[in-house]
Amino acid sequence: MIRLEKRPEPSQNWALATPVLAVLATMVAGGIMFALLGKDPVEAIRTIFWDPLFHPDFAAFSRPQLLVKAGPLILIAIGLSLGFRAGVWNIGAEGQYIIGALCGAGVGLAFYPLEAFWIFPMMVIAGALGGWAWAMIPGILKTRFNTNEILVSLLLVYVAEQLMASMAVGLLRNPEGSGFPGSRNLQQYASAANNELIAGTGMHWGVVAALIAVIFAYILLNRHIMGFNIRLAGQAPRAAKFSGVKPARLILFCLGVSGALAGMAGLFEVAGPAGQITIDFNVGYGFTAIIVAFLGRLHPVGILLAGLLMALTYIGGELAQFMLGLPAAAIQAFQGMLLFFLLAGDVLTNFRIRLGRAEVA
Amino acid sequence: MFRRTLLAAAALAVASAGAALAQDPIKVGFVLVGPKNDGGWSQHHYESAKKMEAHFGDKVELVVQESVPEGADAERVMTQMALSGVDIVFTTSFGYMDGTINVGGKFPDVKFEHATGYKTAPNVSNYSARFYEGRAVMGHLAGRMTESNQIGYIASFPIPEVIRGINSSYIHAKKANPDVEMNVVWIFTWFDPAKEADATQALLDQGVDVVLAHTDSTAPLAKLQEAGALGFGQAADMAEYAPAPRISSIIDEWAPYYIERVQAVMDGTWESVSTWHGIKDGMVGIGEFSEVIPEDVRAEAQAMVDGIVAGTYHPFTGPLNKQDGTPWLAEGEVADDGALAGMDFYVEGISGDIPN
Repeated sequence: MIRLEKRPEPSQNWALATPVLAVLATMVAGGIMFALLGKDPVEAIRTIFWDPLFHPDFAAFSRPQLLVKAGPLILIAIGLSLGFRAGVWNIGAEGQYIIGALCGAGVGLAFYPLEAFWIFPMMVIAGALGGWAWAMIPGILKTRFNTNEILVSLLLVYVAEQLMASMAVGLLRNPEGSGFPGSRNLQQYASAANNELIAGTGMHWGVVAALIAVIFAYILLNRHIMGFNIRLAGQAPRAAKFSGVKPARLILFCLGVSGALAGMAGLFEVAGPAGQITIDFNVGYGFTAIIVAFLGRLHPVGILLAGLLMALTYIGGELAQFMLGLPAAAIQAFQGMLLFFLLAGDVLTNFRIRLGRAEVA
Repeated sequence: MFRRTLLAAAALAVASAGAALAQDPIKVGFVLVGPKNDGGWSQHHYESAKKMEAHFGDKVELVVQESVPEGADAERVMTQMALSGVDIVFTTSFGYMDGTINVGGKFPDVKFEHATGYKTAPNVSNYSARFYEGRAVMGHLAGRMTESNQIGYIASFPIPEVIRGINSSYIHAKKANPDVEMNVVWIFTWFDPAKEADATQALLDQGVDVVLAHTDSTAPLAKLQEAGALGFGQAADMAEYAPAPRISSIIDEWAPYYIERVQAVMDGTWESVSTWHGIKDGMVGIGEFSEVIPEDVRAEAQAMVDGIVAGTYHPFTGPLNKQDGTPWLAEGEVADDGALAGMDFYVEGISGDIPN
């Protein structure tokens, strides 16, 4: 008989091993799914994980694209991970990302066609402030009225989407766009464009910001009292209270930081790879970042790796779609398996498998 | 700079490989904004692509990427397709426009075809359909068939394409029935069955008994069926709802165009063009008029279709005023394509504002 026995402390080894095991299990289960769809599983897995990095025709293009795709995921996930560690559940990063993009792009477009070096920094600040302000809504409602931040932040995503649609056809619409929705293309406005810093590398300011965020989060969590409070509040809320952690301040800090980072991610995206505010500018980075945060074990370095892995499955998944004719839904299922196996693997972190009969205590 | 030379070199390699192996099938790429079985817009592009594939058999190889978000993701998909040796890429959503132009600039030897936009480049064409011609016919039917003199219109996004459809429908409903009034509901989505059903219910509650929709699902027809009201197929024939509530339909027919353009690539005669085809060229299909429609009304509608095909009738013929009463087209004057392409106003008689 197999029993699960709770470990007195989560196993460090299993905590490190489960992400790797989850990836392997996903490859196996995904391979079976691809085989059932009538595709060669080995070729499909190779197309997803190997070709974007090493294919002679694509790799030179798709390797930098990994950074472009991973940048916003990492930046958002770092912010979310702080809150998740403290038990503050910001599910609405997608909305904060949208508002950040709107505010940042709005500031940039307000100065069009003026060319000046300070426009882009101002856009970054506006993007961060926009995301921060949007996250403050669930934050203040939570600290003042004890509302549930999961629901409020999630529902605000849909409000943000409507606001964006309205902006794309109204206030921010390109006056030279022949009446079509969508703002001017910021890529064509030098002072506001978030171009590659070194051509051909995919490295734009958003990727730089993501790397800086990883370093800061690491220092914060390991060397700073706020980081200690965050971890304490998550692991032992009562002890945190006794040691003088003010829950309201902690909640506002976590939501504020994650909102600001998501807002910046939105700004970097709209000024760079995406180029313009459109009716459906957002593509779900804010939600995918939740997966990335957990896949990375809420640890800054883990999130960095998880973001790159997630980007790889996106880009490889696209290749698999048009090279092998796999349906898009199969790729999404494949990504879903990754999270599923990871969470399943967490059982091993917290529990021990025991064979034999339960002993009567 | 490095990236551009790199891509250019890759493009060159692809192109020379293509020339060396002239017997190889033409590789045709499609980028779809929705799932290929969404029942509406993307499905029609996909099915048309399959018809094109069936037409050419082994001479073409079809690669399709579905559910591609507009923006950076679309550009990456197009670039990867070009790098993989695709000869011609059809990008089938308005939001792919800037991306198509960008990627087209990097791959001068690959042909690009962008649907429903307005930009072109030496290797980028655009194409769209004159759906307003079909709307005119549906508008006429709506005006004739309504008993409450209240017709409804479910609109998606306030873009010229949608506004043209509303105006064209209204003008012809009003001509057919001077007492008619039209309610427009904006739902800001192309495909959301729940929202479309809600909008239909809202219109029904206002006393509307014929509904036109510029959204892609069959949800409005399902709702109309319950209520015993009438509607039209949109993008697809939606014949499963015939003879009522679906009394006719506007059908997207892209296949002839795809066959023509791929043939041009094969023949080496491909040139960048702006195509705006209507009923005459088969890009806009009119679904069968159902038996619910009285015979004389069917004949009137058919006469309108024949007139449009023959070129003797244009749906936007003056006298027409703008909503605020300012004159737009004088007696007998016909709207030019430029004015139609950027249409951002209602014609006189429609109540309410275009949201912005």
